[in-house]
Amino acid sequence: MGSTLAEKVWNAHVVHPGDSGEDLLYIDLHLLHEVNTPQAFDGLRTAGRRVRRPDLTLGTEDHNVPTIAVDKPIQDPVARRQSELMRKNCAEFGIPLLRVGDPQQGIVHVIGPELGLTRPGMTIVCCDSHTTTQGAFGALAFGIGTSQVEHVLATQTLAMKRPRDMAVTVGGPLRPGVTAKDLVLALIARIGTAGGQGHIVEYRGTAIDALSMEGRMTLCNMTVEAGSRAGMIAPDATTLEYLAGRPGMPRGAAWNAEAEHWTQLRSDPDAVFDKEVVLDGGAVSPYVSWGTNPAQSVPLDGLVPDPGDFATESERAAARHALDYMALTPGTAMRDVPVDSVFVGSCTNGRIEDLRAVAEVLRGRKVAEGVHLMIVPGSASVRRQAVAEGLADVFDRAGADFRAGAGCSMCAALNEDRLRPGERAASTNNRNFEGRQGRGSRTHIVSPAVAAATAVSGRLAAPDDL
Amino acid sequence: MEKFTVHHGTAMPLRRSDVDTDQIIPVRFLNHSERTGHADALFADWRTDPGFVLNQPQYQGASVLIAGNDFGTGSSREYAVWALLNYGFRAVVAPRFGDIFHGNALMNGLLPVTLAEETVERLWDLVTAEPARRVTVDLTESSLRCGEVCASFRIEEGARRRLLSGLDLIADTLRHEDSIASYESTRRSAMPVTTSL
Repeated sequence: MGSTLAEKVWNAHVVHPGDSGEDLLYIDLHLLHEVNTPQAFDGLRTAGRRVRRPDLTLGTEDHNVPTIAVDKPIQDPVARRQSELMRKNCAEFGIPLLRVGDPQQGIVHVIGPELGLTRPGMTIVCCDSHTTTQGAFGALAFGIGTSQVEHVLATQTLAMKRPRDMAVTVGGPLRPGVTAKDLVLALIARIGTAGGQGHIVEYRGTAIDALSMEGRMTLCNMTVEAGSRAGMIAPDATTLEYLAGRPGMPRGAAWNAEAEHWTQLRSDPDAVFDKEVVLDGGAVSPYVSWGTNPAQSVPLDGLVPDPGDFATESERAAARHALDYMALTPGTAMRDVPVDSVFVGSCTNGRIEDLRAVAEVLRGRKVAEGVHLMIVPGSASVRRQAVAEGLADVFDRAGADFRAGAGCSMCAALNEDRLRPGERAASTNNRNFEGRQGRGSRTHIVSPAVAAATAVSGRLAAPDDL
Repeated sequence: MEKFTVHHGTAMPLRRSDVDTDQIIPVRFLNHSERTGHADALFADWRTDPGFVLNQPQYQGASVLIAGNDFGTGSSREYAVWALLNYGFRAVVAPRFGDIFHGNALMNGLLPVTLAEETVERLWDLVTAEPARRVTVDLTESSLRCGEVCASFRIEEGARRRLLSGLDLIADTLRHEDSIASYESTRRSAMPVTTSL
């Protein structure tokens, strides 16, 4: 029997096979951000331990950083204290840190690939659930908690049981105007928030082959919203094209050797998956969420569902709670739902291709009266590119608020960018949990194109509606 | 890590599914850098409702939380585990847990007890009818007892051993330092390093 891609990457990193089901797994890249890490450094200090491999560790400031006035000290005292602590910890333990204002700073899952640190076949961890994003490159990348951060800092390993294997095969191609975001919402709506629990998902099929690296990252990013441990896509020509010439990337014969190694990283034809899902990519249309978890999503063409139509009492109760929180009436057309605010950004959709999609819709149009469209670049580099390509001018002319600083912004709602209680937003982020974008906030998860069209129309809309 | 062997206490029924970590501790409370002091932030937004189960006098002092399906989904924030521990919970019972939360709980000595949905519903009914009813969570024999309910659960053997002994996982791993060094000597030379950026 052949092996899956995940199994191959896992097996290549086993330092010590566990005697009780857990293997000791070597970690190639450990990314840190300012919010979930101080306790890990305190643990090291208390035990008198060092960081084993600072050269395989990188910190960035992204979760709580301001997106305006980035050249000035952070105003919010809590955020300032967290950043100061991060700077002190990284300096003390010799870990490189990309601070606000650094030309390479950005959201941790955006900069890993941008800087060429994220490569096929690696193991990558970060104290953030959306680390799954980086599986788009055929890396095994997943989120960990603070205690595990401390463990990786001290040992460069993790003790873990290998998750099961799940294949999601998507035939295609996707229809014009349908994006990786719509595909992943459709998938989660079908398999549920625990559909991938305990599994590493490998995406494959003609629709996946046709996706850009940005699209693949969006897909793997939200894989965690289906409860999966990680998402992976086997490296191919698209992957190599993205990676070639990135900082630190080998050149000449060394590049050829790496490229040859990477293209062999794929599941064997006779590999067996513990679970398989097949999806018709050609049948997917733009999707929007209506509830308070990402599985509570329907096609934009659809209606707010009736809780009575769900199969189990627990689902019916969850739907009632969600509709009450979201202040929506069953049977309302999703297109009739008005919004106050639109957010474009996050590790799900804050990359250059996402900003291009938004600009394409906004070109020659205006944001609707009374709607605030905020666009936050995923990294400083994304912002520079958006300016160079003229996207920033398009945003300006349309009346959008294109922020100067890169970071998680209104996805994490840890800085000053947040919705007011009761405010409703179309958002390109990944979570519509209660209060996720600010206390009492109401979030509809959408793709960048739907976000832009919604900003223009003032109601949930696709570009074709304009 | 605090040891977990046998715990006796009372239970609190949280009759909700999909309790994500943003509900367990809203993001605005991830603002101080210790593992302690998070008790007041636990379910902070839901606690503003006087009828919320945490506010009901009959469940004060409960140390076992009994929740619906998919408890602890979402963010990797270990604050969610710390907030539950700081409040006084030693075990959470649910039919299914978010993966990262489950791992974080085991690392901190908060026992995640996975039981069938029907069993959880029976436990809800039992402790609602009699909030003072005693619950025993026994990791030595991997069982939970409450009234006529006696259910067994599974914890990964490695994690179970660590919980029973209170073993420091990092110290345990460092016993394999030679294997780690030897693995490092075989890594591909073209792998990226962060110090060259």
